[in-house]
Amino acid sequence: MSRAKLRKDIVPVAPDAAAETVVRVSNVIKDFGTVRVLDSVSFDVMRGQMVAIIGRSGSGKSTLLRCMNGLETIQSGEIDVCGHRVSLPGKLDKGQLRQAVGIVFQSYNLFPHLTVERNITLALTLVQKRPKAEARRIAADVLNLVGLSEKIDAYPEQLSGGQQQRVAIARSLALSPQVMLFDEVTSALDPELTAEVLKVMEDLQQRGMTMVLVTHEMGFARRVADITIFMHKGKVWEIGPTAAVFANPATTEFAQFIASVL
Amino acid sequence: MVQFTSVHVFYLLDAATWTILLSLLAFAGGAVLGITLALARVSRLRVLQLLAAAYIQLVQGTPLLILLFLSYFGLSILGYRLHPVVAAGMSLTLYAGAFLGEIWRGCIQAVPRTQWETSDCLGLNRFQQYVYVILPQATRIAIPPTVGFMVQIVKSTSLASIIGFVELSRAGQIVNNSTFEPFFVFTCVAAIYFAMCYPLSLSSRYLERRLNVAR
Amino acid sequence: MVYQFDFSFLAQTWPAFLGGAWLTMKLTVVSIALGFMVGTLCAVLRVYAHPFVGWLVGAYVEIIRNTPLLVQIFIVYFGMASLGLKLGAETSAVMALVINVGAYTTEIVRAGIESIPRTQVEAGDCLGLSRLQVVGHVVLLPAVERVYPALTSQFVLLMLASSITSQISAEELTAVANVIQSDTYRSFEVYVVVAVVYLFLSFLYRLGFWGLGLALFARRRRLGTAL
Repeated sequence: MSRAKLRKDIVPVAPDAAAETVVRVSNVIKDFGTVRVLDSVSFDVMRGQMVAIIGRSGSGKSTLLRCMNGLETIQSGEIDVCGHRVSLPGKLDKGQLRQAVGIVFQSYNLFPHLTVERNITLALTLVQKRPKAEARRIAADVLNLVGLSEKIDAYPEQLSGGQQQRVAIARSLALSPQVMLFDEVTSALDPELTAEVLKVMEDLQQRGMTMVLVTHEMGFARRVADITIFMHKGKVWEIGPTAAVFANPATTEFAQFIASVL
Repeated sequence: MVQFTSVHVFYLLDAATWTILLSLLAFAGGAVLGITLALARVSRLRVLQLLAAAYIQLVQGTPLLILLFLSYFGLSILGYRLHPVVAAGMSLTLYAGAFLGEIWRGCIQAVPRTQWETSDCLGLNRFQQYVYVILPQATRIAIPPTVGFMVQIVKSTSLASIIGFVELSRAGQIVNNSTFEPFFVFTCVAAIYFAMCYPLSLSSRYLERRLNVAR
Repeated sequence: MVYQFDFSFLAQTWPAFLGGAWLTMKLTVVSIALGFMVGTLCAVLRVYAHPFVGWLVGAYVEIIRNTPLLVQIFIVYFGMASLGLKLGAETSAVMALVINVGAYTTEIVRAGIESIPRTQVEAGDCLGLSRLQVVGHVVLLPAVERVYPALTSQFVLLMLASSITSQISAEELTAVANVIQSDTYRSFEVYVVVAVVYLFLSFLYRLGFWGLGLALFARRRRLGTAL
């Protein structure tokens, strides 16, 4: 993976470039003890797509996301992310993978003892070994992107939940990942603060970032996501272009799910 | 130069019983003083609070060795010749009392405010609140750290050797002076202390876990 | 006969008391600094290294915490000499104090490390930081900040415990007091004065650590809140 300098607009895809599979999940099976959490899950994510994974609590959505960046191991199947075979932990170059895949958590997980700027520049200087001046410039760029330039010297505890989550997104973004994973990033936020985070995510999508999000924000997914996957009890029950999936639910489970949340 | 043999080991073990005796003495005295200080610290009388706090600050800011010297050499110059065990017992009591007072004050304050409020609403007066509601709960909380502090008391008795009381450490010095094998002798002494203290440390941790699970 | 308190010896001897205090400070500051490093290293080993290494550290901690400092000092000073390693009084004192405070520091810092939520470590890991980098940048600084009050208390206790090193003739405050006491026969007054000096040193050390904390923990200095 090339360590390209962050350009102002992030990873735009040339219109005539062949669509590239960024993430391939094939027949993934995962158990937690005797409970089968993921049951033969398969799907692809193409460059520039936003894939929304929706479903009830306990359907395996978050686990799937965590398997995709190597935080959890799987019992069988394959996961290929940006050319790395994540499913073989022994042979995995975690350092390179972490460069290619960014993840944003539900509880933001900012480092409370560091300022916003240092939160962002930490990995830039330590992992990507960029010089300090360049790292600070990148930090200023990404903070500007998420609309928090003025908070550059603040500490996380001085920010609202929505602001902290945006900083978390900026922190991941600063490393120029090929794909970003979002694990229910608005679930811990008050409704008023959710909108600002969703706006940033929509903005990212328009700049061409490949994104996989697990979310409960059905309206957002329906409006913005290219592909929607509905998961239930560890299996993929629906998958396809968002509009089509929502308009014509193929399974009663999904129909019930839509009815109960929308 | 004499060989370090099992005879010496038995001599050390014998001296260890004096260590245990002094520890119990210190704990008993320290407990009485400690509960008094703890209650004074949480009382509503400002004067009592300040006096107790001052005493605790004073004792906690002074080395135990100096306390021992004051009570043995210092008092003897004043005309009060104390037997080493009395001087040591007195110093350790004053010392332990301060620390136990602090620990127990913390335990009393750890009882949730709601317990005070509820018992007050039921009409109990302050004394009844203490005896029937607060102190029983505080005692439960206090057991693990108190057992833990007993380890400190046992170790502190080693300083009594310096004013001539023949407990385990002094016995070790005596044996060393005849066998000239300091490494073996003092390692043996350390092992005996360890045998006395480690079970107390383990109990304290075990009780702490039990307490937290029950809560 | 009523005893007459007489503090007149102070007129000549007060420089000696100050000198003794200075010696104690030199002795204990070195011991605290080294002991902190030893303790932090052991805490990191205990939490992150191979279980056997962790067990070794645990054994070291338990042995030190369950035996008296006086005996530890004797083993280092007399014991080592009898094995052929002759160390001076001050060196032995520092060694024994470092070993002693290192064990207590290990436990305190370990508690601090274990109080850092797993999610912080995960976040650092997901940003591509190596294990070592995560421990250094994400775990250790907040851990030490959290347990700083406990560390301060432990270090002040060590300064007070250094009085025991007078037993192997290390040059420090209590030894000075013993000499003055034997010269003037004013045992009570001398030891009262020395107690006051130690009290003053305790206060000074607490102040020093408070200032050090402000300097080290920028976030706390700026925001005034606990982590």
